[in-house]
Amino acid sequence: MQQEAVHTQSKNSFIQGAKDCIPTLLGYLSIGFAFGVVGTVTGLSLLEVALVAIFIYAGAAQFILCALLVTNTPALSIVFTVFVVNLRHFLMSLTIAPYVTRYSTWRNIGFGTMLTDETFGVAVTEAMKSKKIYGRWLDGLNITAYVSWIIACVAGGYFGHWITDVEKWGLDFALVAMFIALLVLQLSETNKSKLNMYLKLIMIMFITVYILLNFFSTHITVLIATLFVATLGVWMDK
Amino acid sequence: MTINSYLFWIIIGSGLVTWLPRIIPFIFVKNIQLPKVVLKWLTFVPVCILSALVFTNLFEQGDSMAVTLNLPYVFAFIPTVLIAVWTKSLFLTVALGVVSMAVIRFIF
Repeated sequence: MQQEAVHTQSKNSFIQGAKDCIPTLLGYLSIGFAFGVVGTVTGLSLLEVALVAIFIYAGAAQFILCALLVTNTPALSIVFTVFVVNLRHFLMSLTIAPYVTRYSTWRNIGFGTMLTDETFGVAVTEAMKSKKIYGRWLDGLNITAYVSWIIACVAGGYFGHWITDVEKWGLDFALVAMFIALLVLQLSETNKSKLNMYLKLIMIMFITVYILLNFFSTHITVLIATLFVATLGVWMDK
Repeated sequence: MTINSYLFWIIIGSGLVTWLPRIIPFIFVKNIQLPKVVLKWLTFVPVCILSALVFTNLFEQGDSMAVTLNLPYVFAFIPTVLIAVWTKSLFLTVALGVVSMAVIRFIF
């Protein structure tokens, strides 16, 4: 009972949210830095690199933006591609939103504005664990991630001329490793009777992803595969 | 410090289409009670989306659209899963996952 109270208190603080962001920082900093380097090579100024980080704030989309700028893609096609690449956030927001309905609309807009794959992963793991998400905790997590991302992107743009070989050090794998850890943490929070079903769904996901990648880009694949397998999950759970 | 105005509008446009899907569910869910079946469906989204993000990284799309395994990532995937299951720590998994990847790149 007392332990429960301590847990609630710590998870209701901004500082705790910031602390819970730390494990994801290696991913943020290395990918953000890499973006800064790529952006500079693409011909973006330091100010433009910062604006991209501030306004778009999404790893994959920022890299794709650079790739499309290099090939002189029309503006509307670039914006549309970024839209499609980031559409998965809609599903993530929809998953987190029911936990924070007690906060004001403005605060909810704030929660949504700073939602990323990484903060989603951390927040949903917390929701699974304690069935509750506190606004101050979520702000701590989100703002730490947002500020780190902007700093990393700008630093990459500034120092990028010297360091270019992110892959050699295995840092490109940081993001995948983080998704793996978040997935395992999710599964370790589910009860035994459901675990079996989840493992089946994950195997189905592997096959679904393989098939879809033959026809669609990575980002569309993530979207369609999630819609399909989650629906299958509801149907199997009857 | 320069900014090209054509690029500026691309950044603003891209920012807007990224922002809207992020915030709309938060505004919408606050004002409307979601049906039970949708809430149940949403409980499956985290595991689905995370595994989809992992698996899309384990494959590579070739020029002829032929899909093959990204072998270095698959080799790093195995120890990383074991570390995650064993430690249950986000930080250790990311750190040791990156080390495994660096070792694999060094060997190949």
